[in-house]
Amino acid sequence: MLAVLVLPVVAGLTAILLPAFGYWPALGGTHFTLDPWRALLALPSLPRSLGVSLFVGFATTVFSLGAVTMLMAAFLGTRAFALVRRLLSPLLSVPYVALAFGLAFVIAPSGLIFRLFSPWATGLERPPDLLIINDPYGLSLAGALVLKEIPFLFLMTLAALPQADAPRAFTSARTLGYRRVAAFAKVVMPRLYPQLRFPVLAVLAYGLSVVDAALVLGPNTPPTLAVQVLRLADDPDLALHFEASAASVLQFALVLSAIGLWLVLERLAGLAWRQWVVAGGRHCGEAWIRLAAPLLAGAIAGLVVLAFSSLVLWSISATWRFPDIWPQAFTLEVWRRELAIGLPIVCRTLLLGAGVAGAALIITILCLENEVRRGVPPASTLNLIYIPLLVPQIAFLTGTASLMIALHLDGNGFGVGLAHLVFVLPYVFMSLSAPWRAYDPRYRATALLLGASPWRAFWAVRLPMLARAILIAGALGFAISVSQYLATLLIGGGRFATVTTEAVGLAAGADRRVIGVFALMQAMLPFLGFAVALVVPALLFRNRRALRDA
Amino acid sequence: MSETLASKDLPSEGLVLDRMTVSLKHRVLFRLSLALKPGEIVAVMGPSGSGKSSLLAAICGTLDPAFEMDGRILLDGRPIEAEPPELRRTGILFQDDLLFPHLSVGGNLAFGLPAQVKGRAARRARVEEALSAVDLEGFADRDPATLSGGQRARISLLRVLLSEPRAVLLDEPFSKLDTALRARFRAFVFEELRKRGLPALLATHDHADAKAAGGRVIVLEPPGAA
Repeated sequence: MLAVLVLPVVAGLTAILLPAFGYWPALGGTHFTLDPWRALLALPSLPRSLGVSLFVGFATTVFSLGAVTMLMAAFLGTRAFALVRRLLSPLLSVPYVALAFGLAFVIAPSGLIFRLFSPWATGLERPPDLLIINDPYGLSLAGALVLKEIPFLFLMTLAALPQADAPRAFTSARTLGYRRVAAFAKVVMPRLYPQLRFPVLAVLAYGLSVVDAALVLGPNTPPTLAVQVLRLADDPDLALHFEASAASVLQFALVLSAIGLWLVLERLAGLAWRQWVVAGGRHCGEAWIRLAAPLLAGAIAGLVVLAFSSLVLWSISATWRFPDIWPQAFTLEVWRRELAIGLPIVCRTLLLGAGVAGAALIITILCLENEVRRGVPPASTLNLIYIPLLVPQIAFLTGTASLMIALHLDGNGFGVGLAHLVFVLPYVFMSLSAPWRAYDPRYRATALLLGASPWRAFWAVRLPMLARAILIAGALGFAISVSQYLATLLIGGGRFATVTTEAVGLAAGADRRVIGVFALMQAMLPFLGFAVALVVPALLFRNRRALRDA
Repeated sequence: MSETLASKDLPSEGLVLDRMTVSLKHRVLFRLSLALKPGEIVAVMGPSGSGKSSLLAAICGTLDPAFEMDGRILLDGRPIEAEPPELRRTGILFQDDLLFPHLSVGGNLAFGLPAQVKGRAARRARVEEALSAVDLEGFADRDPATLSGGQRARISLLRVLLSEPRAVLLDEPFSKLDTALRARFRAFVFEELRKRGLPALLATHDHADAKAAGGRVIVLEPPGAA
């Protein structure tokens, strides 16, 4: 399993490093040289690209982590907590691209927000000439990322709470007179953070190297470094391949140094925190945070609702003039037309996603069952499976693509599926390993001692009892596969279209109604996956209370 | 290494532990030799961590691989220490009833019933018969989650008995029941075991349990501690 995950990364990085220093015989590079680097560093836009990437990465991470801490501190142990959780959880299944398009429709100068306030408050009869989408600082891009990363970190925190013994620590701090936020920040957070470190670093790495959402919302002149890499790699001028490789290496170095920097900052923050925690203060902006947290939760939910309403409205609008907040006329013509073209693409995306998720589930289950049978604790080498989540896709996928071309695995579903598997497997494993390992081993012992073979204990007892967790992990894997952009584009060689590649392809100024249709199709598929994962066990176990309420 | 006893010197009925040693990381938890006659119930006592559960797990073959087991285990004269758990024919009852939540009451019982009982109707009849013997007729199609604690405990024992074990291990099965139910269920278990002539080992830290078992009481101690 490790080979499946680590090999493409290592091979891809090798296939990047060599041409970055001028060596790639297939393209005529037969000796090592620093020329690609000279060409890259001569790009006048490079410092700005680096700067925007760093800003988006750190802003997204700091803001998301801060927001999640705030939400947790304000709501932990309250009745509203379940509501916040229900508001945020579905967001996890929304693809970045669909959300980015939806957000663009909301915040653009001709978007829903300006329409809501025009002309009565702003006096605008025409969309203002403002650069909100694709703004040069990457603010709108960071905004879209934050909308996705807050739910992600929130759910990761939720999973870590029991292990951190959070409820008891929280209560005991409060009985010592610490107010809610102070108690959370001083007692719970330090136990929680070590378990959040990996997800936080994944958020940082993702923000520094995101491509698909950046193509929709990110700055254009100059773009973020990751988009710049893609532009160079995609250039028909093959001579630029060397420069693209150097840029990939730079992207990789950027993420590595950002992670290093984060770890240093984390240390410093820890030192400051230690002073603060023993100072005995019982308050920590209590009133302010308890006011801000519900507003924040509401704003996230509100923005997402607005975003999806815009997508739906645009997709069925015939004409929709500024500043009306409602289209003048509706039509299903765009859906009919685009579905006629898009249906094969939807089917292909669905089949690919189902195949990849199925393969990831089988591999994960075999690994976990092997752990059970051999009674060995999880090997620490298993942590390697998370490498594909930290190494920026753009930094090694172009290299992996060159190798796949050499192996004639490019441009078909099998090759693309293999590439997807690299990113799907870690998530499926992460999702399923916790419930699998938490499963009471005495159920297996009971089954065996009633005379069932190990396989029968597996098929007839463990699988049905874990059916819900397995289906959720599968739906997550499916959602990840559906939303893959770079892997599909680069390994597919541009010849393997999925709803995601099609949707991103529309970013460069296509008809908003068509964008609405494709963004909704992209969002619908993962949603369907999760719906199946929730409905099937509910039907299967409709007469089994213990499993229905689990 | 001392010479082992010849098999003919050991009883060919019941459960025999012959110089059994369980150790963790080369630290011996306990050494034990013990012979249980059919229908005999022996209580094993000791504080938590003394290895009561490990002893039972070693006998039924589900001992965590971190532990090491030495010695022989004979069940009706048959050495079982090298057998996989599902072939040992040692039933076990845990603190929790561990009814499979995805199966009906009848499904749980049928899971225990050996495959040799063939035919849907015959298997169903066996399940119904077992249920009515414990005053639970008509419960076959019920969801285990809708049963009371006492009913679940009885189904759990029934499931073990239907699997036709040759010895039964009781891993503190009464400790989670409330006082009134506890005495009743305990009496029920002991009666069923004696009726079937099954040797049983009861791990407990409750003297009342040990007393109710009415037989020998062993206290597990690491060697040298006594």
